[in-house]
Amino acid sequence: MDATFKPGNAQEVEEAVKWAAAETQPLEIIGQGSKRPFGRPVQAAHVLDLSGVTGIESYEPAELVLTARAGTSIAVLEKLVEENGQELSFEPMDFGPLFGEEPGRGTIGGVLAANLSGPRRIKAGAARDHVLGLEAVSGRGELFKSGGRVVKNVTGYDLPRTLCGSFGTLAVTTTVTLKVNPRPETSATLVLTGLDDQEGIQVLCDAMGSSAEVSGAAHLPEWIDDNRSRTVLRLEGFKSSVDYRMKALQQRLGSYGASYQLEEAGSKELWDGIRNLAPFAGRRTPVWRISVAPTAGPQLVARLKSSIELDAFYDWSGGLVWLTCTDGDIHQARIRAAVDAVGGGHATLVRADSSVRSDSAVFHPQSAPLAALSRRLKEQFDPKGILNPGRMVSGV
Amino acid sequence: MTAIAMPAPDKAVLARRQEILKALQAIVPGEGVIHDEREMRAYETDALTAYRQLPLIVVLPETVEQVSKVLKYCHDNDVKVVPRGAGTSLSGGALPLGDGVLLSMMKFNRVLDIDYSNRAVVVQPGVTNLGITRAVEHEGFYYAPDPSSQIACSIGGNIAENSGGVHCLKYGLTTNNVLGLEMVLVTGEVIRLGGKHLDSEGYDLLALMTGSEGLLGVVTEVTVRILQKPETARALLIGFPTSEDGGRCVADIIAAGIIPGGMEMMDKPAIHAAEDFVNAGYPRDVEALLIVELDGPEGEVDYLIDRVEEIARANQASHIRISESEEERMTFWAGRKAAFPAVGRISPDYLCMDGTIPRRELPKVLARMRDLSGKHGLGVANVFHAGDGNLHPLILYDANKPGELEAAEAFGADILRLCVEVGGVLTGEHGVGIEKRDLMTDMFTDADLKQQQRVKCAFDPKQLLNPGKVFPVLHRCAELGKMHVHKGKLPFPDIPRF
Repeated sequence: MDATFKPGNAQEVEEAVKWAAAETQPLEIIGQGSKRPFGRPVQAAHVLDLSGVTGIESYEPAELVLTARAGTSIAVLEKLVEENGQELSFEPMDFGPLFGEEPGRGTIGGVLAANLSGPRRIKAGAARDHVLGLEAVSGRGELFKSGGRVVKNVTGYDLPRTLCGSFGTLAVTTTVTLKVNPRPETSATLVLTGLDDQEGIQVLCDAMGSSAEVSGAAHLPEWIDDNRSRTVLRLEGFKSSVDYRMKALQQRLGSYGASYQLEEAGSKELWDGIRNLAPFAGRRTPVWRISVAPTAGPQLVARLKSSIELDAFYDWSGGLVWLTCTDGDIHQARIRAAVDAVGGGHATLVRADSSVRSDSAVFHPQSAPLAALSRRLKEQFDPKGILNPGRMVSGV
Repeated sequence: MTAIAMPAPDKAVLARRQEILKALQAIVPGEGVIHDEREMRAYETDALTAYRQLPLIVVLPETVEQVSKVLKYCHDNDVKVVPRGAGTSLSGGALPLGDGVLLSMMKFNRVLDIDYSNRAVVVQPGVTNLGITRAVEHEGFYYAPDPSSQIACSIGGNIAENSGGVHCLKYGLTTNNVLGLEMVLVTGEVIRLGGKHLDSEGYDLLALMTGSEGLLGVVTEVTVRILQKPETARALLIGFPTSEDGGRCVADIIAAGIIPGGMEMMDKPAIHAAEDFVNAGYPRDVEALLIVELDGPEGEVDYLIDRVEEIARANQASHIRISESEEERMTFWAGRKAAFPAVGRISPDYLCMDGTIPRRELPKVLARMRDLSGKHGLGVANVFHAGDGNLHPLILYDANKPGELEAAEAFGADILRLCVEVGGVLTGEHGVGIEKRDLMTDMFTDADLKQQQRVKCAFDPKQLLNPGKVFPVLHRCAELGKMHVHKGKLPFPDIPRF
């Protein structure tokens, strides 16, 4: 009996999970399904579709706090806060173009389940840093809440942040409370050209260590455009402040060679492209998302280039490497070994065929005691193993 | 007698004290194990000084291996462990247990690695909060979270409590500034979370550990993010005839898209106490005083000072001063920073509370607090992290007068219930500890609290780490793990199915 359950509210979610727990029937938890090709394929007979659990419960711009049901479309949320002169500062990325699907899909619950953050993560924090509270249904079929609707709160364990990035394997989130921020008055980008990876990352780290309050720091090697590399630094804020900091940054980085500026429109277009992985759109080759210390980024790529054909670019001051293996193989062992060799971090296989993802460790393998602890945590939330089984780790 | 009860000590463990002592001495040699009653007195309380308890034994390990062995021994032998940093907890998080080993991490006091390119510093957990900034400030960097105890509190304790400070509206709490941890589980296993890179490869246990109040593991190494110091900082001192005006001014500043580095409010009793103590030049004829600090590039700060001044004038400010020098800015802060000792001068004792409320509720909460003050017969002064709604009412009492501590605690509990009632929370930055433990049921349902306790079971199924803190009722993990499910047909005919 394969079924899709489409609850309209938290109580109906609770009922569905209660039933699944009683019958030990695994569920695949989805929102709009926009990130279904990300992570390991779930082995579940039934689908629990949250796309009907929608709506804004409360939004008070003066409190910088917004509460929404998990199935609310991320596009709807971003539009709402924009209309109120605010933003979701973690700049959630859109996987649509990467997976060859429509852009603009996805729910806030899905964004948090995958802890998706864009370029501004280096200044404003990750998606998880903007979560203040939630209501969720555990794999036991019990609705619980954690956190609150205020920015400063240490009452009990921080389950709202812990559930971010858990890909629906611990609990089914039904409502989330987010911290929102004022939208910057304007933005501009300084572009330095012709630097190699090593020099480019050096510039990014130098700028991040300055008081210029850089809110985006990426290096786009020459393969992406014009056979000329671009090292890009974004400034956002009040107009007078952006102008002032732009001058300071140009002065500081002047010795690195040629540069030009992008004003607001050009800057936005550039960063939207970086945020949504435009350089990899329209291709089918496997894509890795690798997080390392910023200075380790170019070391990692240089090391891999000696044995793999690849295209890569860098966000997060060099610490986020987006990489595609142009020969179509995923090169799992080589990539993981290289991450360890440059000081550690993690590599996640973001795009690959379903069969490949089934047979691989999509998420970076953990040490034995840490993997065991994660498994125990899963059991405490979901003792029957019915929520998105196998989505992160095979058999869990 | 005080109101908060701790679990009764296990007589069987007390009877084994000599055996436990010997075992710990074999792991940590020399002066690293303290068992003399006189020497253990130094550890009998933290900054919630109304509660005191001698521990069974105090142990001060110096290596991760020793921490691991101590925990493994205690785990294997069913001995409780209370981890302790600098002992500055205001909620009793480090209050010892009579039948528990007190594990002090203060010998872990070294800065291990300073990496300016990656803006990361690796330290041992006993390094003080300010010690991190001290280690990097010659290069213009600092560590952003700045709890008022920063000169004394340890970074390990900051992790346990998810500490904040006056700058956290703009720069975040501890949880937003920690990149990695090394920690020892109660079994003695050592695990690493995060590092100089961002985000997690699996469950975000770094988020779970931050603010876990010593109940999940013992931190042995911390990696934090450092920031370049803002180019400049200036402050406005703004007085209002009513707290409503002050509250509206704060809301208007935020609505204008301005996130100040710090935004602090004081009520009249706090203003007077502070002014009497340090002569900061605060106006005495106002009901609310606001300090707004703007930091960042000079051009931006000058621009925003003008904007905030306009907003203040539009909100009936009766008094506005703008700092023209670093010295003047420090004077503005002097009264606020001295508010606690200033209140200590006008009252023999005070209890510092720590609720958070939605900002719009401030006038209502202050008015209700005045009523409660009458009801309990005790005075109260308020300092308020206005930007993020974190309220610190200081309840004035005299511990030498019979019944006053109990009255102060009852007053405090009423205030925190009020915070929850208006949509806020029990604690913004001080932690639950023992102080707010019994109020948890006012904020959370039984199901909420049980799911939290199940998390503890994943880390510490025997519940040996810091028991008696945070949770009002201790459930055994076996009991928490039971599932009450009713088999049968689909119970949700209304859910559309395809």
